[in-house]
Amino acid sequence: MIRLEGVTRRYRSVAGDRTALDAVDLHVARGEVFGVVGRSGAGKSTLIRAINRLETPDAGKVFVDGQEITALNPTELRAARRGIGMIFQHFNLLNAKTIEDNVAFPLRLEGRPETEVKARTAQLLAQLGLADHAKKHPAQLSGGQKQRVGIARALACGPSVLLCDEATSALDPETTEDILTLLDGLNRDLGLTIVLITHQMEVVRRVCDRVAVLKDGRIVEQGATADVFLHPQHAVTRAMLAEGEEAVDASVAPAGARMARLTFRGPSTYEPELSCVARTAGVDYSILSGRISRIRGEPYGQMTVAFTGGDAEAALAQLAARGVVVEAV
Amino acid sequence: MFANVDWADIGKATIDTLLMLGGSMVLTVILGVPLGVLLYLSGKGRLAANPVLNAVLSFVVNVLRSVPFIILLIVMLPVTVLLVGTSLGVAGAIPPLVVGAAPFYARLVETALREVDKGVVEATQAMGGSTFQIVTRALLPEAMPGIIAGATVTAIALVSYTAMAGVVGAGGLGDLAIRFGYQRFQTDVMAVTVVLLLILVQILQMIGDRLVAKVSHR
Repeated sequence: MIRLEGVTRRYRSVAGDRTALDAVDLHVARGEVFGVVGRSGAGKSTLIRAINRLETPDAGKVFVDGQEITALNPTELRAARRGIGMIFQHFNLLNAKTIEDNVAFPLRLEGRPETEVKARTAQLLAQLGLADHAKKHPAQLSGGQKQRVGIARALACGPSVLLCDEATSALDPETTEDILTLLDGLNRDLGLTIVLITHQMEVVRRVCDRVAVLKDGRIVEQGATADVFLHPQHAVTRAMLAEGEEAVDASVAPAGARMARLTFRGPSTYEPELSCVARTAGVDYSILSGRISRIRGEPYGQMTVAFTGGDAEAALAQLAARGVVVEAV
Repeated sequence: MFANVDWADIGKATIDTLLMLGGSMVLTVILGVPLGVLLYLSGKGRLAANPVLNAVLSFVVNVLRSVPFIILLIVMLPVTVLLVGTSLGVAGAIPPLVVGAAPFYARLVETALREVDKGVVEATQAMGGSTFQIVTRALLPEAMPGIIAGATVTAIALVSYTAMAGVVGAGGLGDLAIRFGYQRFQTDVMAVTVVLLLILVQILQMIGDRLVAKVSHR
């Protein structure tokens, strides 16, 4: 659906050149929710803007829906952009226009007949629960409502792709959850392909099928969200995931304990695997830290466990045999 | 009191002032808005960034703005005659008024456009808007409060310019104040004209403020 091949973007300034994107290759499948994470300045913003060519790459090719975006002339580019919706951190609504006129705006830019514009706008406002606000101006709405208007506007021309530029970063946690549920629904119901950039790992955990980690304009790691989040390979990914989590304090483990990190995935998360194995192997265990949650709906549990007494190695081997991923700590 | 005041003269002078103001204001807006848009668009990092065009426009605007209006009036005399056939009366006053006010207004329009969040431009681009659509459907409507406030400031500056235009025989209240109030020491004429100009300025400011309030939705 979306393919980036060797996309490079450099910014020139008196202070020296800076490479925002360095030969990035990326593929996003149709109907997928794809997340790009990274620290500020990693090139996320440039990456998402390369997709609809708000940033024109210095080198490389961008394809969306089979069309080479980087090869289009200005008129063709404008037509292609109508098939790519975009929402923004600060919503970027037109303050001078009513909510209704904001949603109708892309349709009017395209020059659709006014009767069609009215009908489509009314339908979108109803779909996003904004019907009561049609005649208001953006300044009268809350952040979450403004982002809903942004989404309605982005959907107006019936895009096949939605680009989300830090779409929830200016929202409180509750409103973020509300917007994520909405995006998730659009992906499932309309089969909308979504690319989102964010520095909030929770956003990726919640909605992304796959994720890429960006550092200094390069993708350092990518894969299914659960794989990347449960078994991060790159230091940046680890560091970003570790934020807000309490580090395991190994000193609290009993003396002579065998420590291991166990990862359960899928339905086995809720099975008494650890307890069964401990009983048969005759070991005791204490859980030093852990989390049981879901990534993109898939349950998982990950915990650091200290085994004492009995044959810890045998216990770990049994756990591994039952599909639990065992890593030394 | 008011022994020297010829109310018929005052009436005619008031109408002349209003005609000069109205005529020059319309032309100032017609020239100033596109000029302001060009200054904005050709600026660094803008939609149609063009350093050469920007530098040239900026230079012309600065030159015109730095010439004292009284000098501009005199320098413009031959051009005025060429344009409207006379340098006298209402018609003769309008060309120098416009040349004096349009660059000033263009800068105010440019400033108002710069105040518009870049994100709005980006969003309109992302929706497939052309540069023309971005200017006419997004930038100008979003900048409208600033553009109207700028027009108010310009109109008021024009009131004092029309008074100065009296020096080169433009007519109007300023002319009356200079010829009768100042040169013939008729203080009452001076007082009446000044009060009328003051009322005019008050009315302009009030209209401007109301319009700004009407188009502001922040």
